[in-house]
Amino acid sequence: MKLPRLSPLVFGGVLLVGAVQAPADTLEKIKDAGSITLGHRESSIPFSYYDDQQRVIGYSQDIALRVVDAIKRELPLPDLQVRLNPVTAQNRIPLIQNGTIDLECGSTTNNTERQKQVAFSTTIFVVGTRLLTKKASGIQDFSDLAGKNVVTTAGTTSERLLRKLNEDRQLNMKIISAKDHGESFLTLETGRAAAFMMDDALLYGELAKAKRPDDWVVVGTPQSLEAYGCVLRKDDPAFKTLVDATIAGLMTSGEAQTLYAKWFQSPIPPKGLNLNFPLSAEMLELYRNPNDRALQ
Amino acid sequence: MSYNWNWDIFLSPTPSGESTYLGWLLDGLQWTLTLSLGAWIMALVLGIGLGVLRTVPNRLLAGSAAAYVEVFRNVPLLVQLFIWYFVLPELLPTTLGDALKQTDPLAQQFFAALLCLGCFTAARVCEQVRSGIAALPRGQRNAGLALGLTLPQTYRYVLLPMALRLILPPLTSEFLNVFKNSAVASTIGLIELSRQSQQLVDYTAQAYEAFIAVTLLYVLINVLVMFGMRLLERRTRVPGYIGDT
Repeated sequence: MKLPRLSPLVFGGVLLVGAVQAPADTLEKIKDAGSITLGHRESSIPFSYYDDQQRVIGYSQDIALRVVDAIKRELPLPDLQVRLNPVTAQNRIPLIQNGTIDLECGSTTNNTERQKQVAFSTTIFVVGTRLLTKKASGIQDFSDLAGKNVVTTAGTTSERLLRKLNEDRQLNMKIISAKDHGESFLTLETGRAAAFMMDDALLYGELAKAKRPDDWVVVGTPQSLEAYGCVLRKDDPAFKTLVDATIAGLMTSGEAQTLYAKWFQSPIPPKGLNLNFPLSAEMLELYRNPNDRALQ
Repeated sequence: MSYNWNWDIFLSPTPSGESTYLGWLLDGLQWTLTLSLGAWIMALVLGIGLGVLRTVPNRLLAGSAAAYVEVFRNVPLLVQLFIWYFVLPELLPTTLGDALKQTDPLAQQFFAALLCLGCFTAARVCEQVRSGIAALPRGQRNAGLALGLTLPQTYRYVLLPMALRLILPPLTSEFLNVFKNSAVASTIGLIELSRQSQQLVDYTAQAYEAFIAVTLLYVLINVLVMFGMRLLERRTRVPGYIGDT
């Protein structure tokens, strides 16, 4: 069982203390400490998650490790220690700001509100938000959700989109906000919700974990395109340049496509299932022209 | 420190435009209050009943009350909540379980949290009631029975009125704990105060303002509770048992 979420009271206090000491120059901080702390997710399959031996793996984690290699060369600091710190959708931004973690590569959408607080690297992935449902449910698109229970993960862009959709189109959906993707899928699997709205790549990831993957299907017109980026502190040009150049290099050299094939088109842990997630036009465009623009 | 302070965020409208972010926090506050007060009433009724049972001269009754306490006191609150919310519907007959899961999710979350908090706190209240009764001189029970009162009458007119007044200070702590423990409901999606603050962070990325505001609201609730309980303590104090504080 995971630890309970820290009460806001404690968390607020920690934030206040941390706030004062947040470093401005990450590379300097890494050099002084001889270590870098990466933020990672626990169940964002296949971006950043635990395999069956509790090791952190995934597409974004691989990218983060490439960035670490680049830092080792740049400083130079061959014995750089890498610390891993699990984060949630709610705490990843405050933890970057107060200096607990130096870089978070998971499944974080780059949007303009978040840009006021943190900086985003070159985009690492582009997703559309869609629905996961039982094949037998008959749900084809968002309009079929009227009056139904729909689950999404708290703190995600999908949650906002779903609430807005519900207001705009008067669908009268009952929205359940679960605390992480794993719990969202549990809510769907146990029949509490008719559909699970999330970024399509993550839905394929949950599908890969299901007891009977064949029972489930991803449907619906994508509601929005979102750009995932790694998160770093604002106003830290030296670090951002290094991270951006590393990621852009992966994309133009074709190495990113190899990573894509490894995580989205080959069997992956924990169950050895292949997500069979086709490379989208948006991803091809990103690999040709890496950039750090928000799509939201 | 690269942080943009923006206290006006509370007055800005939410994305759906129906309310302000302050309105969200107040909605959350309402859920926290409803949930906590409901659970507290449940805990008092159940806890006093169980506390009495633990002290009656009947080993079966006393034993079952003790078993209740051990189960609910020894399992972490969060685990209990997940059992009420995720496991219970699966243990019911399939049709009943499915029907339950199709009801309004908000009601499911609320009642799961209410039962969980109520049962958990009842175990703690029970132990305090038991200690309150045990703290009374044995002569009081015997005197009651010797006067011809039945055992229930002895509890009703002699033991409980004294015991409940004695245990008011520790009960205050439990009352405060209910409000703080109610934050676990956020893990199953109930949009109470702590969850609203997280939601506010998700939508605005103004983490510090949100957490400070929610901290102040929790403190406010607890200061009011403490003040109220202090008054009650003063009015019901048993001279000679609890000093004038």
